[in-house]
Parts: sequence; C-alpha cells; structure tokens
Amino acid sequence: MLGLSLKQELEQRGISRRDFLGFCASMAAVLGLPDTATNAIAAAVESEQKPILIWLEFQDCAGNTESFLRATHPTVADLILDMISLNYHETIMAAAGNQAEEALAQTVRDNAGKYIVLVEGSIPTGANGAYCTIGGKSALQIARDVCGGAAATIAVGTCAAFGGIPAAGPNPTGALSVADAVPGLKNLINMSACPANAENITALIVYYLTLKRWPPLDRYRRPLFAYGKTIHDNCERRAHFDAGQYVESWGDEAHRQGHCLYKMGCKGPATSQNCPVVKWNEGTNWPIGCGHPCIGCAEPNFWDTMTPFYQRLPDVVGFNVGKWIDPVGLSLTGLVAAAVVAHGVGQAVRHHHAEKSPSDGGGSEEKK
Amino acid sequence: MTHIVVDPVTRIEGHLRVEAEVDGGAVTQAWSSSTMFRGIELILRGRDPRDAWAFAQRICGVCTTVHAIASIRAVEKAIGAVPPPNARLLRNLIMAAQVVQDHVVHFYHLHALDWVDIVSALSGDPAKTSALAQSISDWPLSSAAYFSGVRDRIKAFVERGQLGPFANAYWGHPAYKLPPEANLMAVAHYLEALDWQRRFIKIHAILGGKNPHLQSFLVGGMATPVDPDSQNSLNMDTIAALNKLVAEGVDFVSRVYIPDVLAVASFYKDWASIGAGIGNYMSYGEYPLDDSPNPPLFLPAGVIHGRDLTKIAMVDQTKVSEWVSHSWYNYSVGDDKGLNPFQGETSPNYTGPAPPYERLNVEQKYSWLKSPRYDGEAMEVGPLARMLIAYSTGRPARVKELVDKTLSSLGVGPAALFSTLGRIAARAIEAQVVVESMNLWVQGLADNMGRRDYRIQDTSKWDPGSWPNDCLGAGFHEAPRGSLGHWVHINNGAIANYQCVVPSTWNAGPRDAQGHPGPYEASLVGTPVAKPDQPLEILRTLHSFDPCMACGVHVVDAMKRELARIRVM
Repeated sequence: MLGLSLKQELEQRGISRRDFLGFCASMAAVLGLPDTATNAIAAAVESEQKPILIWLEFQDCAGNTESFLRATHPTVADLILDMISLNYHETIMAAAGNQAEEALAQTVRDNAGKYIVLVEGSIPTGANGAYCTIGGKSALQIARDVCGGAAATIAVGTCAAFGGIPAAGPNPTGALSVADAVPGLKNLINMSACPANAENITALIVYYLTLKRWPPLDRYRRPLFAYGKTIHDNCERRAHFDAGQYVESWGDEAHRQGHCLYKMGCKGPATSQNCPVVKWNEGTNWPIGCGHPCIGCAEPNFWDTMTPFYQRLPDVVGFNVGKWIDPVGLSLTGLVAAAVVAHGVGQAVRHHHAEKSPSDGGGSEEKK
Repeated sequence: MTHIVVDPVTRIEGHLRVEAEVDGGAVTQAWSSSTMFRGIELILRGRDPRDAWAFAQRICGVCTTVHAIASIRAVEKAIGAVPPPNARLLRNLIMAAQVVQDHVVHFYHLHALDWVDIVSALSGDPAKTSALAQSISDWPLSSAAYFSGVRDRIKAFVERGQLGPFANAYWGHPAYKLPPEANLMAVAHYLEALDWQRRFIKIHAILGGKNPHLQSFLVGGMATPVDPDSQNSLNMDTIAALNKLVAEGVDFVSRVYIPDVLAVASFYKDWASIGAGIGNYMSYGEYPLDDSPNPPLFLPAGVIHGRDLTKIAMVDQTKVSEWVSHSWYNYSVGDDKGLNPFQGETSPNYTGPAPPYERLNVEQKYSWLKSPRYDGEAMEVGPLARMLIAYSTGRPARVKELVDKTLSSLGVGPAALFSTLGRIAARAIEAQVVVESMNLWVQGLADNMGRRDYRIQDTSKWDPGSWPNDCLGAGFHEAPRGSLGHWVHINNGAIANYQCVVPSTWNAGPRDAQGHPGPYEASLVGTPVAKPDQPLEILRTLHSFDPCMACGVHVVDAMKRELARIRVM
C-alpha cells in the first residue's frame, strides 16, 4: 500500500518549492540540525513513500490529538499529515462502529511489521480491563494486538509515556504506560508532555523519513532533540534567575517585567523539554512566557513528584547551564515531596542523561 | 427487529458505545454507554486546592479550558477569593474563544461527514460550486478555479487508493442528500476550517501560554501580567493581536460557518422534526458582565420544562441529583436512590460482561456515566438549551434576531428548534453571538490598562493560612457542550472531596431508577435507519450533541462531612 511520493504530492497540491524548503528549514531547526541539513531533509522527504499510521486512544483526554491538529506551517504540515496514511484515529475518522474496527483490523493484517502506532492515553489493568473498552475489547488487548505487530510505537503524551494523570496516586484503575503494559515492544519512543507539542511529533516523523532511523533517546526513551536539555537551560528568563531577580507575588513589578518564576514554584530546572525553543501554537507563546511557572509535565510521575505546583523546588543549581537535574531524585509521593520541600532538606539528584537506542526494548526498568 | 451496536462512536472525544433496536426502519429503543473510567476526583483528594485546576483540566483536552474554569471558581467560592476585573475579562475571552473554536471544529471536522459525501464532491462542477458559494456568502475564496483546485486534490487523494481516515465510511449511503456542488463546497471549507482553527486558537496561546491545556489559570485570578508599559506583559501589542484574531473569527463564523449551516440544513429539513428527545433544557448562564457578587450574565441561566418557552424557571442547584441504578457504581443508601452531589457517593463496581464482549446487559448496569436529574427530570444541556433560554428571555437581543433570521431563512417555525437540526443551528448561532461579544472584553482589558488597573489576582487569599479551616464551594460554568459544575470540600488546606457533574453526563447518561432514558437515548427513538449495517442516521443525532465522553466520566466521591459552608456563584 505505497502511494505517491511527497514530491508528486507537492506538485499536485500546488505547493511551491520555496514554501517546501521553508518547511524543511524549520524542521531542521526543531531537530537541532545545521542549516545545511535543509536540502538533505527535502531530498529524503520527497523520495519517501507514504507510511501507514494508526492512532490509538485509551485512557485519554484527546489533548494530544488536539495538539496534533495545531501543527504549524499549516499548508505544508497539513500535507505532511496527508502524506501519512492515517488509517485509524477515532477522533477524526469518518467510519464508526464495525466499519472503524474493520479498518483497524485490515490495516494490522495487511501491513504487519510495517505500520507505525501512536498511542494516546494510559492503559488500565484493573477490573479485568473494563475501565477502558473499545468495541467490547479491553485497551490492554488492543494495545497488545496492534503495538505487537508495529514497526514502531510512539507513546504520545505523558499518559501513554509514563501513565500520566490516571496513574497519579492512588491510581484508581491500575493505569500503566505503554512500556509497562506491553513490555518488550521494539522501537518504543516516548513523546511525553501534557500534551506533547505538535512540532515535536512532526519532527520525529520527519527525522525518521530523513535519516531512515529513529533518534537517540534519553533514559526515559525520549528523543534528545526535544528532551535533551532542561527548560531552565534555555529559558528566556534565565538571566533573571542568575541575577537573583524573582517574582514574589502575582502581578507584582517583577512579574510584569518578566522576572524568574522559580519562587512561584517553577519546575523548569527539573524538566527536560524544548518549550522555550519551539514554543507553542506556531511559536506564539509558552507557559512561562505568559507568566505561569512550568509544572514539569514532560517528566514521569509529575502529578505526584512536581506537586504542589506552587511550592519551590529544593536546591536548584545556579550558574550552570548544561547541568541536568534529574527529577528521579524527586520521585516521591506528593506528600513526601511536600514535606521534603517544606523542611528544606530536599536534595535534587543531578544525573547525566544516558543515550539509549530505541530498539533496546521498553520495559519497567525505565521507571523508578 | 434488529439490534445494532455502534462502538466506537467515532468523531467524538472519548469512548462512547450505543446499542439500539431498530424496527420498521426506525430506532425503537436506545442505550448509551460510556466505556472508559479514570477516577480523577479520587486522585484529587488530599491535594493542594490551588493545584486542582490543572488536574481537573486534564479531564478533557478538547474543551481544554472548561474544567480549569469550574475548578478555580469552586475553590474561590470556598476560600472567599475574589478575582479582580482583569481576571474576569481574561477568563471571558478564554471561555469565548473555546466555545467559538470548539463549535467550528465540531461542525466541520466532527459532524460534517454525517451530511457531506466526500466521494460525491468529486463530481461537483467547479463553476456551479462557485455560483452556489457566491449565492450564499461574499467569502472571497469562491472562484471556479479555487474549487477546481480543491476537487483535483480530493481526486488525487481518492485515486491513490489510500483513503486514510476517510476509508470504509458510508459514502454513497441513501441518506446523503447534498448535490455534488454543495459537497465540494463543504469539503473546501472542511480544509479551510482546519487552518482557521489553528490560527484562531492563538488567542489561547497569547492568554494561556499554549493550547491545548492552557497554563495561566490561578485560584483568585490569572497568571498573565497586564502592563501597557512592559514587553513582558499583556500590552497594547496584545490588544492589537487579539483584535485581529477576533475580527478573523467574526469573519469566518459569519461568512463561512453560518452560511454553510444554512445551506446544508436546507437540504435536510426533515431533520428539523427528528431527534428532539427529552424536551427539558437547562443552563447555568455564563460570561459575567461586571465584578459584583452576583453579576448579570451575558447568556442567562434558566430551566425549560416540556418545551414550554413561555416559562423559564430559575436554576436551583439543590435540585440536582445523580442516580446509579444503571451505572457501574454502588450507593450505600441503595442503588435505587438519587443523591445531591453534596451528599454524593462513588464506589466504582463493574458488573458488566468481561471483555471482550458482544452485548451489554442493558436491563442491569451498563455505563460508567451516572444519570443526573434536575428535580427528578432528565435535562438536555448545551448550545440549544442556552439559545432557547436566551431566545425566550430576549437576552441578549442578538440571539432572538439570529434565531428568527435562521428560522425564516429555512422557512420553519420555532418548533423546528427541538430537533437534531435545531442543535446544529443553535451551535452556529451561539458561535456568532459569542465571537461578536469578544470585542467588548478586549476593549474592557484596554480600558483597565488605561485606568492603570494592573491587578490580576487576589493576592490576599493565596496563602492557605488565610483560608477557613473547613470550607466548601461550588463553581459553575457553561462549557461548549453545556452545564458544568464542580464541588469542592477543603479541610485544613487540602482537598477533602471533589466532584463534577458535567455536560456529557447530563446528555449521555443511562436510564434512571424509574427507567426514564437520558437525552441521547430519548433523542434516538424514532430516528430513521435505512441500512442497519451502516447506521449513519444514528451518528447524525448523536453527533448533534457533540459528545465529549472523557468529560462525562470522572466521578464523584462521597461527601462524608456536614457542609461547613456553601457558596454558590
């Protein structure tokens, strides 16, 4: 089931070469590649055949789906979405019921080992799977059947990547990440954040089309191009942190002048994501840019380890761009974390990221 | 008699299953089931109430602002925080942008394919399509060359044989009535709306940092600083950007969305007498117009019983109850009783068939949704309820004007509003009224800057030490899909209990102890079904409610203590 190349597609849709190269340049920027990579990306994308995607939704809020719909460079990104044959996606697809399930079954049957699965939402294990069923089947069964035969599985958003909010204490439904629910998947990549940024999802796909391999990952199986540095490292307010200029109260002079939000609870120093670089909604803004602290949404268990959200982090390293503070050091229950912070004895463990190949297999060793 | 199962119901948020019996070419009985549960209220217990909005917000990523709004309102009522005027205006703008964007996306991307046959669009004549488009609107993208380009794109897509999300659908079904040119125009606007929604939602990025899941909410106000003399605050540049985006919103809604709804509806007038359902309607009202404790609301609150538009009753939250007779929960007082949310309980107890299953036992419990009732009666909530109440009360006058114009344009009377088509028309009218009102709130923000009022948050109530030790509050909001309420009980600075009763629970809930159906279930009865193996007509009526199932389920928890203090906005 291979279709037209992107080059033919572009011609048919009247997209100019110049627009297309502009898109490729922006992709190079997101991926952290030099300008000279633009032509390589263009060549690779143009010759690539249309890959088949399946998007599964389990214990989700559709926030990642909505994010995906906001991908920038509308015309060309639209085209990239079209270039992928999105054979199953409940929120978008025209068919329903049996016809929808047939589309899924046929795609899995006819393209075994070749399709890519994106999973949104966690997978419940309680009540024998009855906390999430689709077409009468449990989410767990569907995940095993569909992800098991995929060329790659991309867990989109923190719920699929790490369990997310359904898995927050007391985890009433026994919710698990994809990695924990279906151990041993090959080429499992976690695109965490709540939701995942559309630019990073698109960039991951372009990375694969361009370089014919999946990107190197951090210890949580997240691509380094999007999760290789902390928010704090690239924050536009970093100079104010280093200068000791902090917001003390909502709407005070420092807040209005864009000073550092550390004292208001910002989790940027413990959060790995490229928000300050890529921003959101066509580069319009990002949470810190609008005056609210980072809540650490790309990190495992952030609903428990990063709360209370307005409590300041303990012992943030200053004047040290490039030093990572791994949130695993804060992997405590919310209450314990709060107590630690309150007593001022918290110790954030500094941890260097270990590169990992996506074919190493995903399993529970990824999570503490 | 044929038993139909539609699972998954697609082009919605979340996981919805419908079972129906069809006899003589029409639905005779229907059962609505939600098949996913997360338990977010249980997760909220013990946490900092100032964090609750972020947790609650994750109930839904489609209506990504609504639970955050209801949550901060509930906590504010409990602790006595009073947001300053800038916060009210910013929230009004955020809520309004959500409604407008959501309604447009619903019509074009979630609902249109029930009425529009993409394959038929291939045979649309571009010149005739251009003439059709120009006869209904002065929207500039309407030339024959433009529609020819769209048709060629679709043609290439279809001929390639990889239909992606459009595969295996109901193309060619006899219930599709649009001529090829109307189909082609609608497909062009499907694509344009995809671009437009991406641009319009930048209002949320400007005021909330990002969309989905905006991040500028605070208990007591908003986190977005306001200062015309700073480049790091909302300033005159922001005002200009908002004005531009609002103007584009007004433009798209009035010149594309409204004309398209009228054009499509004119071919489906039979749907103005199908899908009415319950006939009771409720709205909490929305968009506070000043900063008084009980402000006038731009869209008024009210209750309509039995389609009687001459009597609008006041809303009294003590009349709200929830039932679990057909829901997978137990009540300590017995499953045949209803409980007000303040006394509500939740203990999940799945008693349905073990997955994988073919059929639910609809005589027993069959959904993760509860059955909310108002004064014992099922209520439909959403745009139709809000527009009926506004139409009847004459507030705002613009609603009556637009409703009358719509009815006369289609040549139907007010009774046509109680229908599948009525919901679609009401949603479009609301989008127009709300997007037009946004100018008012942008101007209000500018006026406040002119007065040097830069307050954004009630700083006096930020410290939990300033709160009563034991307090309780409820916050209400009219979300795109209808009436939303959050109830919070705070004890010793932490959440003791939290619960929500949300629009899709009102609309999609199962039967109650008396066996009375919910709005989805009632509205499907009588819906024609030409081909039981292709239940297109069932999707039409279901989608007219804009289902949002993740919102519907996220259940309530027992309020075990006597109420210390109740404040209701």
